[in-house]
Amino acid sequence: MKKMKKLVCFGLISAMMLSAFAGCGKKSGSDVIRIGGTGPLTGGAAVYGNAAKRGAEIAVEEINALGGMQFELRYEDDTHDAEKAVNAYNILKDWEVQISLGSVTTNPCIATAAETYADRIFALTPSASSTDVTKGKDNMFQMCFSDPNQGSASAQYISEKALGTKIAIIYKNDDAYSTGIFETFTDKADELGINVVSTTTFNTDSQNDFSVQLSDAKNAGADLVFLPMYYEAAALILDQAKKMNYAPKFFGVDGMDGILTLEGFDTTLAEGVMLLTPFSADATDEKTVNFVKKYNEKYNETPNQFAADAYDCVYAIYEACQKGEVTSDMTAEEICDIMIAQFTTMKFDGLTGNGMTWGKNGEVSKSPKGMVIQNGVYVGLD
Amino acid sequence: MKGKKTLSKTSKNNFITMGGLLLVYVIVLILKEGGITTNLINGQLVPICAYMIMAISLNLTVGILGELSLGHAGFMSVGAFGGVLVGTLMQEVSDSKILCLLVAVIAGGVLAALAGFLIGIPVLRLRGDYLAIVTLAFGQIIKSIVNILYVGLDADGLHVGFIEKPEILEEGKMIINGAMGATGIRKLSTFTFAFIVLMLCLIVIYNLIQSRTGRAIMALRDNRIAAESVGINVTKYKLLVFAISAAMAGMAGTVFAYNYSTVAPTKFDFNTSILVLVFVVLGGLGSMRGSLIAAALLTLLPELLREFSDYRMLVYAIVLILVMLGTNNPKIRDFFAKIVGKIKSVFVRKKTAKEENANG
Repeated sequence: MKKMKKLVCFGLISAMMLSAFAGCGKKSGSDVIRIGGTGPLTGGAAVYGNAAKRGAEIAVEEINALGGMQFELRYEDDTHDAEKAVNAYNILKDWEVQISLGSVTTNPCIATAAETYADRIFALTPSASSTDVTKGKDNMFQMCFSDPNQGSASAQYISEKALGTKIAIIYKNDDAYSTGIFETFTDKADELGINVVSTTTFNTDSQNDFSVQLSDAKNAGADLVFLPMYYEAAALILDQAKKMNYAPKFFGVDGMDGILTLEGFDTTLAEGVMLLTPFSADATDEKTVNFVKKYNEKYNETPNQFAADAYDCVYAIYEACQKGEVTSDMTAEEICDIMIAQFTTMKFDGLTGNGMTWGKNGEVSKSPKGMVIQNGVYVGLD
Repeated sequence: MKGKKTLSKTSKNNFITMGGLLLVYVIVLILKEGGITTNLINGQLVPICAYMIMAISLNLTVGILGELSLGHAGFMSVGAFGGVLVGTLMQEVSDSKILCLLVAVIAGGVLAALAGFLIGIPVLRLRGDYLAIVTLAFGQIIKSIVNILYVGLDADGLHVGFIEKPEILEEGKMIINGAMGATGIRKLSTFTFAFIVLMLCLIVIYNLIQSRTGRAIMALRDNRIAAESVGINVTKYKLLVFAISAAMAGMAGTVFAYNYSTVAPTKFDFNTSILVLVFVVLGGLGSMRGSLIAAALLTLLPELLREFSDYRMLVYAIVLILVMLGTNNPKIRDFFAKIVGKIKSVFVRKKTAKEENANG
């Protein structure tokens, strides 16, 4: 009996090894520059990964249609897990990726950033916002603003516009993104003298019921609830707050973006929700209108900030490649040096901001815009 | 010649497993150095070793001791974060990479063993399903504690905080940063190192099973009352196995953590515990060889199924079900047993023919 098991296992192993070897070496034409990224294409955070992938795809299509420099894009699934992200990155490396789009979410990106740094591949992440992503790595750049920026910008915004007098915060304490923003928000809030009356937490296992947190906020008389979290949990909070007849102002950050496209979500619940995001799909400038139209045609939904960030990433890389005269036969390392030189000196206009510049630490400088949801669309707060 | 003959069948089998493992290691190493294996495979070598250690250590609890544990990832977590903490402190004193890693792994193992021992005291009063549920709870508790644990290091020394982040000086750094986990870990784990740890664990387990202690443990598994009646101390042996198993899981955790620049507490959740349990059950309870093979295959499988993109995990589940059914189906077993028998007979015939030739 055991012998047979051994045989089956042996057969399976050899089949797998074969497929593993067969899987590599799938390379395309040599006159294109290969851009690769990882993101959660399946699982709980799939909306972000898919949005980023689609945004990047549209940008690559547009650039390739221009003629001249040609890009080829490949996204691999990392299921929002650092271990899987490194695997996904290694697949891209087998594909001989020349420029990396990092990872879409924070924790995986910290892991892949260490790899791209060691391998000297230039990386520009659309949306991994923690400072740990860029810390100590000269070839890692961000397109989104970093967590500390978001937290303090939110506090600043709430204080400046006098949006609320008593603030409640609900954050996810097992999520790097959420705690990162929470920490900088409270630091800045202390500084500005914002009155925080209630601070409650939840985690992955308890993100279905928010009655305790909302009751706490309600009893404390909070008139604004700050929600530094991704939109799935936020959607439930909005729903449950309505059920308990609690109607404060809600203020989110860029993770809130995407709530309107959540399947089965009653968008009237999000009415009046404010969020800080660098991108709004209802902007009237030519670039945004064009992008939103294309995205709508292709994927039948309104693009969110992640899509816009990824779109900008590809264009920023395109600009840097053109200025630095990058050609497809260069190695990743050669391209890396050129890109670092370009990114630290160039100014970039994109969907998510004008005149963006990057510091040597890889962080972008651009200003977040306050948005409020009215009739199911974002409207600028200013 | 005499020495060989005195080897029992189990010892022989154990040597075959260890020899096979060594052979696979040498082959993979040659392929890796030769640049034949892909980056994907190279990148998975250390995690596979770590999962193999996890699988054999859990098999010790589930297969040999006969107690279902659903919180094994908790010990991996203790080992990962404890190891990283001690390793980072070690970095301050010594520049040697291998020394750092070695101290980290030992510390990870010791800390996890301590956790296993402490948890074992209340838990092992329970039996069967109750024990399984409580281990599940302890796994969650460990995860939650690491989630709110902050450890920072600066010129003044270590700062530890629960829930509240401790104040640290500007030039200091957070080693364990609550939900963010540990970031900025130096990538020290190598395939060879992971393999040596794995091999050591395997040798310890095999020797343990074959020792007097091992026989006592298995007697407990097979019939607790009978074992007790002949004077076997139930609590002692259960605690011993629990602590050893936890120590190995802890070492696996450290090796795993040192392969990535970041490790988050949520990585070691219930799903990881179950994943390891699947390795054990699929490989066969009590069979270390099976656990090793299952751990390697099931770690590689999701990556090899990437072609199926969105349906990957569905295919993964189907493969899992088929393998489970296949290995338990008497007809399929007979079918393969026949083939094996035929191959064997061919070899035997050849051998005898050769011998005859040689004689003739």
